[in-house]
Amino acid sequence: MSIDFQNYLSTTAKGLEPSGIRKFFDLAASMEDVISLGVGEPDFVTPWNIREAAIEALKDGHTSYTANAGLLELRQEISKYLKRNFQTSYQPEDQVIVTVGASQSLDLAFRAILNPGDEVLIIEPAFVSYTALVTLAGGVPIRIATYAENDFKVTPKQLEAAITDRTKAILLCSPSNPTGSCLNRAELTEIAQVVDKHDLLVVTDEIYAELSYDEEFTSFAAIPGMYDRTILINGFSKGFAMTGWRLGFLAAPREFIQVMVKIYQFTTMCAPTMLQLGALEALRNSTEQVEKMRQHYWRRRNFMVQSLRKIGLDCHTPGGAFYVFPSIQKTGLTSEQFAARLLQEEKVAVVPGNAFGDSGEGYIRCSYAASIEQLEIAMQRIGRFVKSLETTQENVLENVR
Amino acid sequence: MKLTNEELNILSILEESHHVSTESIAMQLGTSVGNVQKVIKKLEKEKVIVSYPTLIDWNKIEGKETIVAMIDVKVTPERGVGFDEVAEQIYRYPEVQSLYLMSGTYDLSVTIEGKTMNEIAAFVSNKLATIENVVSTTSHFMLKRYKHDSVIIEGNDDKDRRMVITP
Repeated sequence: MSIDFQNYLSTTAKGLEPSGIRKFFDLAASMEDVISLGVGEPDFVTPWNIREAAIEALKDGHTSYTANAGLLELRQEISKYLKRNFQTSYQPEDQVIVTVGASQSLDLAFRAILNPGDEVLIIEPAFVSYTALVTLAGGVPIRIATYAENDFKVTPKQLEAAITDRTKAILLCSPSNPTGSCLNRAELTEIAQVVDKHDLLVVTDEIYAELSYDEEFTSFAAIPGMYDRTILINGFSKGFAMTGWRLGFLAAPREFIQVMVKIYQFTTMCAPTMLQLGALEALRNSTEQVEKMRQHYWRRRNFMVQSLRKIGLDCHTPGGAFYVFPSIQKTGLTSEQFAARLLQEEKVAVVPGNAFGDSGEGYIRCSYAASIEQLEIAMQRIGRFVKSLETTQENVLENVR
Repeated sequence: MKLTNEELNILSILEESHHVSTESIAMQLGTSVGNVQKVIKKLEKEKVIVSYPTLIDWNKIEGKETIVAMIDVKVTPERGVGFDEVAEQIYRYPEVQSLYLMSGTYDLSVTIEGKTMNEIAAFVSNKLATIENVVSTTSHFMLKRYKHDSVIIEGNDDKDRRMVITP
């Protein structure tokens, strides 16, 4: 008797929407000589001293488990790092967990706090995993759309409108993937008032904190009164160019951590030991290199924003991360049409904005984690493409007349 | 000489790639092309920007292969004739690629380039060693260039291993 596999799969898992990035990936990967502005990770290789530390760790035979929450030594460094850079204070012994990427931190956070039906507010356009992670943890993602007019920032009014008696938490991401938008202290303080008023939690994804260009980065946990309501998530991937290492961390009040460590010990045990030792070196000895990379991103950001505006595309100035999120509405194409044709006609890969939520429709995400030479060529090609669209539009108008 | 942040930024962009256009620099730093040109002119005039060399691997080109030697030179500076004068006598030779005054067991470090070992040997014995005040020379032939002016010659770090699209 043949099996109907569909009958055996979980309804929740089946119900997850496939990532909008996936199908685009297949198309782009099948082509040659593509300049990709579609990559959500640094173009830099991890600084050598960090790589060397992991190699040494392997050589020295660090191949056994660590404590569930991670090497105490690393948690101590994380604690110092959070204090030094973000003025937040967490005890390494019972307030920090080293996870397999910031993604796992998010997963742990939601599993620890959500009961079936609990709602989590997600500010869109947003990182592709957020709604799925909430759903998998039994929660209900409630999407709030933000727009370029407000620099893709959520307003307290929007939050108020979305809050119900089932609302458990707000998920913030600043600097944001995909918009690069940053929430400053004043804006976070306004959000904090709403959080306090409605007795909510905040899960704050601060993975791009190191890559802030215009204003000093403020952690949500550092907003007065918010410490006990915040689960802070950060990691090594972006700022330290360590995406493939899959190392993130999470800091929170110890009552939350206790439960999360429990989940973690049953699901993962611990993050890879030799990589944790590499991360130790990252926190101890790479401030200069992180700063150098940040300078590069900052320069590229400036270049991209101006180039896109020159091409005639509206583009807000992203304060952080390594993405620009220009509007392509004036071309008359949808995000997917624009991205697909740009790929086919000019061999430049970008990600259609609607992959990050409905409010991303009409936009594309361009990553500037690429060399300035590559960016220059990509911008020439996008310019040529947009121009060709204008000409066709004019022709269409001519024909109509 | 004290430089502004913008001037320092222009220098670090040029240091990485001198063929970047002034327009690109201006866009990267959010300033005007005119301003970038003005700063570059000023820094060239002050000899802060000394030159824009291009690193070429001649050994990849048939018939253009070269041999490089680094020669440690000991010198006795006489009264009235400092290192600078001896150095000038040496760096005037077009074969000399670089020349540094060193601390330690020898005084001058000379890099010369030639087509053959004989050519280099001839330079050392006929020209370098005959200079008054040169006491001794020790020649080292370069076998392989791994890194030059911060550039790793055959490195893999700049290879893009990322997938085309990632979230």
